[in-house]
Amino acid sequence: MALRFEVIGRFNRARAAILTLPHFLCQTPLFMPVGTQGTIKGLANSQLEDIGCQIILGNTYHLALRPNAELIDDMGGLHNFMNWKRALLTDSGGFQMVSLLHLADITEEGVTFQSPVDGKPMLLTPEESIHIQNKIGADIIMALDDVVKTTITGPRIEEAMNRTLRWIDRCIAAHKKPDEQNLFGIVQGGLDPVLRDICVKGLVDRDLPGYAIGGLAGGEDKGSFWRVVAQCTASLPDDKPRYVMGVGYPLDIVVCSALGADMYDCVYPTRTARFGTALVPEGILKMKHKAMADDYRPIDSTCDCMVCKKYTRAYIHCLVTKDAMGSQLLSYHNLRYMIRLSKNLHMSILEGRFPQFVQEFLRLQFPKGDVPEWVCNAMEVAGIDISSCCFDCSSNVSTSYSSDTDSISYSSTSSSPSSTTVASCACFDVGRKAVVKSRSLVGIGTKRGMRRRGGFWSKLLMRSTNDYRRG
Amino acid sequence: MRFEVVVKAACGNGRARIGHIYPVIGGVPTETPALILTTRKGLPTFISPDLLSTLPSPDSCLLHVSPMHFLEIPSTTTVARIGGVRRMVGLQGNYLFFASPRDSIECLPSSESSNKFGPSFETPCGRHLVKPAKYVEMVSALNPDVWVSLADEVPAWVLAKRNRTSVYRTVKWLDECIALNPKNEMMLLGAIVGGSSIEERKRCAKEVSLRNVSGFWIGGFGYGEGIEERPALLDAIMENLPDDKMRQISGFELPEILEGIASGIDLFDSKYIYHLTVGGFALVFPLNGVNEYEDEVDSQTCDFGSDGTKINLRATIYRKDTSSIVDNCECYTCQNHTRAYINHLINTHEMLAQILLEIHNTHHYLGFFCSIRDAIKRGEFNIFYKKFLQGRRNLFSTPMQFSAACN
Ligand SMILES: [Zn+2]
Ligand SMILES: [Zn+2]
Repeated sequence: MALRFEVIGRFNRARAAILTLPHFLCQTPLFMPVGTQGTIKGLANSQLEDIGCQIILGNTYHLALRPNAELIDDMGGLHNFMNWKRALLTDSGGFQMVSLLHLADITEEGVTFQSPVDGKPMLLTPEESIHIQNKIGADIIMALDDVVKTTITGPRIEEAMNRTLRWIDRCIAAHKKPDEQNLFGIVQGGLDPVLRDICVKGLVDRDLPGYAIGGLAGGEDKGSFWRVVAQCTASLPDDKPRYVMGVGYPLDIVVCSALGADMYDCVYPTRTARFGTALVPEGILKMKHKAMADDYRPIDSTCDCMVCKKYTRAYIHCLVTKDAMGSQLLSYHNLRYMIRLSKNLHMSILEGRFPQFVQEFLRLQFPKGDVPEWVCNAMEVAGIDISSCCFDCSSNVSTSYSSDTDSISYSSTSSSPSSTTVASCACFDVGRKAVVKSRSLVGIGTKRGMRRRGGFWSKLLMRSTNDYRRG
Repeated sequence: MRFEVVVKAACGNGRARIGHIYPVIGGVPTETPALILTTRKGLPTFISPDLLSTLPSPDSCLLHVSPMHFLEIPSTTTVARIGGVRRMVGLQGNYLFFASPRDSIECLPSSESSNKFGPSFETPCGRHLVKPAKYVEMVSALNPDVWVSLADEVPAWVLAKRNRTSVYRTVKWLDECIALNPKNEMMLLGAIVGGSSIEERKRCAKEVSLRNVSGFWIGGFGYGEGIEERPALLDAIMENLPDDKMRQISGFELPEILEGIASGIDLFDSKYIYHLTVGGFALVFPLNGVNEYEDEVDSQTCDFGSDGTKINLRATIYRKDTSSIVDNCECYTCQNHTRAYINHLINTHEMLAQILLEIHNTHHYLGFFCSIRDAIKRGEFNIFYKKFLQGRRNLFSTPMQFSAACN
């Protein structure tokens, strides 16, 4: 194990920690920008340091293609090759193959795929993935897992979960640098709490340096998403970092942190910057919009970044999507926004004002008080009182109750036994016990969930009405 | 701002000279001959302001701005409300802005569409005719330190009549610009054209010199004139300009700048850097101008257009090259990254490749200007120039003219 993880502050499930990696001492909750090919698009290393970036994610699949693992190894590893002094994480390469290549095929041996270079069939085994990642030399490396879309149902989910567990042993056996690199296992199991539970237990038995929650951010509904996170964070060991892969949006990060997750990665801030979108406390700002042409304010007046200190929205507006500089400056700001968000999560947990931070965050994102139901539900489980942010619920509680997507997904999932009732465990505090129970709740999960939510909403309604009267 | 010639043309230097540009309020003077950095909308194409500050100051503080980049947005009112180009692009302090329509990259004169009302330009947002009134309005909003009057630049192959018309129009538009000039603190450079005609060049230089201008901008080069006729054309212009005023030229690349300096030009643009950068090239020639680089050229690099002054980092031989672009180069790129990494960035189409190359190339080119100035200060510019050409003789198919004029 080549890391130390010290929780230095807590609020209910949320934690602030110091994650000491071979190359850098990181603070969690932590956002990791994606530097697919050994660079964060459009930003120099010194700029990443200036905005407080602690760890960068590299994509094994892309790096293995170009420049290739042997070359990176010859150059003294990816840290040396890109001259990045802080921490690095590489994924296993499996996800990219499944998502980018239509012809990828997963067998017990590994992931078979067509080489994008010469079209020949190639095989990525767990051993090969770890071998490549050992050569790249990141602080954290990821086990090869059997990735399936969260929207898939049926026995394939269970097969993938079991295979992920079989592959973890092959990964551990293949890992040649456990003193320099930390191998994280990935929890799979789709939206099925029972499968997730088996996977968590299996991985925890292997006593890995850290754990990731995989198979999310793939188009599943938000209700299912947060419940899987809540369940996994509740049953993963308290003294190990928890990484939610492919997440996410600022709101997702706040919710997942409240539920006890520590690490996140997403291409969103840089990708959306290239399309001209800025992240701001109020949500997003489309810099291409005509209204920006005469807007003399900075992108975000509360932001401390170079871009917000120097530039008006009007100037950024004339750069975006036309000039390279537009995407450079917006990426710079967006990453600073994400890093500042992580830092604020860390500090507010540490200073015992986490609920206030979450409330303020939600108030800015949802000024009308229309906080999505899934967020309300997740926060209830996280023990964060956000009723003061939902003041509008009184007026539309009945409509949102019957028509919001969350409750629709409820009824549809309950009809399919394999992806049952993630619902019920959400309403309870404790992960493990609730999960074990959850299967027995098949069929009644819906009703029970609704009843509880009804209680939740009525409580909320009362509170917000009172607030309203006082206001 | 103020311009002053501090080392006058003298034997040993030809007409080459050293000048000082003083910003309005205090500040360190920038020495000429100098490079004006080409920009897109006021910022270097790939170098953001924080990285720009890693380049040597005040050498890297002269920036070009083309009002034509702001034809669509932001409007002149918006630019004026933001407080001009300096505030808009967030570069204050020592930075000085030079406004002229042509950027030599994306915004080029389109002579066949120009008419008596104004010159026409091909721009990223289509072809545009700019009349003096509109131009002065755009420039006033940008409020640069220096601005250039409108020029009717024509290619070398136009008929003598069209060429003569271009001189007439250019002088007329200068008068209109002067009449419209709302702000005296902006220095106005009068544009000089005249194509490949020595007579027209002389006439234009004389006419413009008669006007109330703070200096001169020489246009119309790089439009099909023969290399061999260039020295005589430059001489025809320079002989008719006063000694104490600033002279800027557009469109000169690496060997030509020495020719320009030899004829007494103070300021050059950096479109050369832009073209090198987007082509994956890095400048590597020794800054003192003396050879040694011939042995670096081999068949593998030649395929990519490397020629001893520059290397193409796209070439496979750099795949595992752990050296920096230039040993001992103090630029951000060479201090932090290897040729191998930049080769990888180019191969994977990553924008950081252009950022790092623009930084190195600008740094290197500024360094070259610095050694040119040192040579002038020592009174040895002619030797410097001769050595540089000798070092390159075998590498270039086109022979360079060396005008060792000493008058
Ligand atoms: Zn900002
Ligand atoms: Zn350099």
